[in-house]
Amino acid sequence: MKRRNAIDTRNLPTLVTLALFIVMFGAGSVAFIGFFSLQNFLNLFIDNAYLLILAVGMTFVIVSGGIDLSVGSVLALSTMIASSLLEKSHLDPILVIPIVLLVGIALGSFMGYLIHAFDLPPFIITLAGLYLARGLCYVVSIDTIGITNAFWEKAAHAQILIIGRNFLSPSAVIALATVLVGLFVARYSAFGRNVYAIGGSEQSAVLMGLPVRRTKIAIYALSGFCSALAGIVFTFYTLSGYALDGKGMELDTIASVVIGGTLLTGGFGSVFGSMLGVLVYGTIQVLIVFQGTLNSWWTRIAVGFLVFVFCLLQRAFDARAVRAAAASRQGRGTAAASG
Amino acid sequence: MAAAKRPLGSVFWPLVALAALMGFNLFFTPNFFKLEIIDGHLFGNVIDIIKNAAPIMILAVGLTLVIATHGIDISVGSVVAISAGVVAMLIGGDLKGDPKYPIVAAMAAALLVSTLAGMWNGLLVSRIGMQPIIATLILFVAGRGIAMVTTNAMVVWLYAKPFALLGQGYWLGLPFSIFIVAFLLLMTALVTRRTAVGLFIEAVGINPTAARFAGINAKNILFWVYAFSGFCAGISGLVVCSTVMSADGNNAGNLFELDAILAVVLGGTSLNGGKFYLLGSMVGALIIQTLTTTIYAFNVPPEISQVVKALFVYAVSLLQSGSFRAKISALFGSKEVEA
Repeated sequence: MKRRNAIDTRNLPTLVTLALFIVMFGAGSVAFIGFFSLQNFLNLFIDNAYLLILAVGMTFVIVSGGIDLSVGSVLALSTMIASSLLEKSHLDPILVIPIVLLVGIALGSFMGYLIHAFDLPPFIITLAGLYLARGLCYVVSIDTIGITNAFWEKAAHAQILIIGRNFLSPSAVIALATVLVGLFVARYSAFGRNVYAIGGSEQSAVLMGLPVRRTKIAIYALSGFCSALAGIVFTFYTLSGYALDGKGMELDTIASVVIGGTLLTGGFGSVFGSMLGVLVYGTIQVLIVFQGTLNSWWTRIAVGFLVFVFCLLQRAFDARAVRAAAASRQGRGTAAASG
Repeated sequence: MAAAKRPLGSVFWPLVALAALMGFNLFFTPNFFKLEIIDGHLFGNVIDIIKNAAPIMILAVGLTLVIATHGIDISVGSVVAISAGVVAMLIGGDLKGDPKYPIVAAMAAALLVSTLAGMWNGLLVSRIGMQPIIATLILFVAGRGIAMVTTNAMVVWLYAKPFALLGQGYWLGLPFSIFIVAFLLLMTALVTRRTAVGLFIEAVGINPTAARFAGINAKNILFWVYAFSGFCAGISGLVVCSTVMSADGNNAGNLFELDAILAVVLGGTSLNGGKFYLLGSMVGALIIQTLTTTIYAFNVPPEISQVVKALFVYAVSLLQSGSFRAKISALFGSKEVEA
């Protein structure tokens, strides 16, 4: 019974996030006329599609016990490369999209390689990656590049009807697809299991003969891919490439993932939780818009406060899980207490 | 590797990097070392470098101690913005230059608020037991919101002349901020190196449990180290605010946390805690600023300087990495054996 308890408490943060989202959305519906609608719910996905994509990549990184501070800059670099290739080189979107994604993967793999091969702290390497990608933006162009490509404009304005007249944007559909693939990879693929194993204990993962090297590089490559994809999606909103896009977005992403119940110590977390985290983040923004008088900067304060609450919750659950594991250790040698 | 008996101990490698940069400038940048006396003040690139590096150097003093405890404080940039916001609001944007409250009182209030912010971080890390990066992430996210709310999301301009002394003033022919850095560094060095405090901090960084068993109050050490980091961020905020005579909650101290952490790491203090090198951190901050100034001297757009900075971080990280050194010495070592 105690063991079951320990596992259940680990899922609690995600459930709390779900409850929080429902409460916040419910409170908004009661307080503001026109808040409660399917479209308003779908808008959360439409408005935060890029954040959702970033959060999927970040979840894998954080579950593995690492961190990726470069995502906001890589997103900006992707918007720059995409707009530059489209407008200055007049390349076809069929070529532009793979090139942008490849650049993201290459940058991610490069950082992953440095982190693994030379045992360097992910914090510092991805921090340098943040500078690198942001600087490269200006190498591409110092000015904003507007996109007039027909395909891009179509993607920006298209509406995909869901039920009745409620719609999703192509960006939101891409984001949801990313979440689904992320869920599947995390749960059912060998790669996903390796990520959790490395996050739980890298040393154990090595001793178990898991491909730690390949996995760690792949994790950062995945995060780079997600950042590049988010960058493409971001250009669907802005129809331009701008070197200051996504400033500070790495921390919005990390905050969403933490609110979603993923432990920053690694080894535990879920893509689904991160999606809920992004929805909570989006709901706070919508609530502040509906409220009308509050400065939009209150969003940041509210998000900071939520991160605080969730970290407290995690500490509490963690302490209980450790105690429960210690109690059950007499019965069974290996209780899951590493979270 | 002749690492065993190197002069100046740990500051050797950072100094070599700084000297290399300076040497490069000696040959390739005309008038880099030229000093002039205008109105009894010293002017020149070297003076500018120290002056511009001052805010980061001040932050690095506090961060060095935090990192020595195996911690990190990513909230310092936001605290800089809060400190600047508080002091600006209290002095007031009166065009005649009459301060709303006495300038000293306003500065004291800003320092108090910053120290409280640091204490909040310290509380979360030492008493609640959060991971430092998460604990300070909260204030990182919320802090910029707090700064924006403090200044009503506007840029507050200051006209009170005496306040300009901190960031723009001169004393004994040298920029006043140099004396602030020197005084802070001296006091910190005295307290940590002439009393047992430094040893306690290192002990906590190496093994908190062992430190506790040795009779050190690890929790209090942690608490005060974070409070001190907040205090330093407060001073840095005052200098930043005084330099531009304005407080911009959005941009003041933006990315400072990254530069300051970089300075500490370049200075030889390991992110894994334990030993710390205050002087090294100062050299680290100077390296960053020299690099920036050098890039400006070459008429490279300032934005692109980030690429160079990133490559520099990669190079230094690699040099500090044990496994990289091992690989290199294995490469050359075999040849030496043959010879």
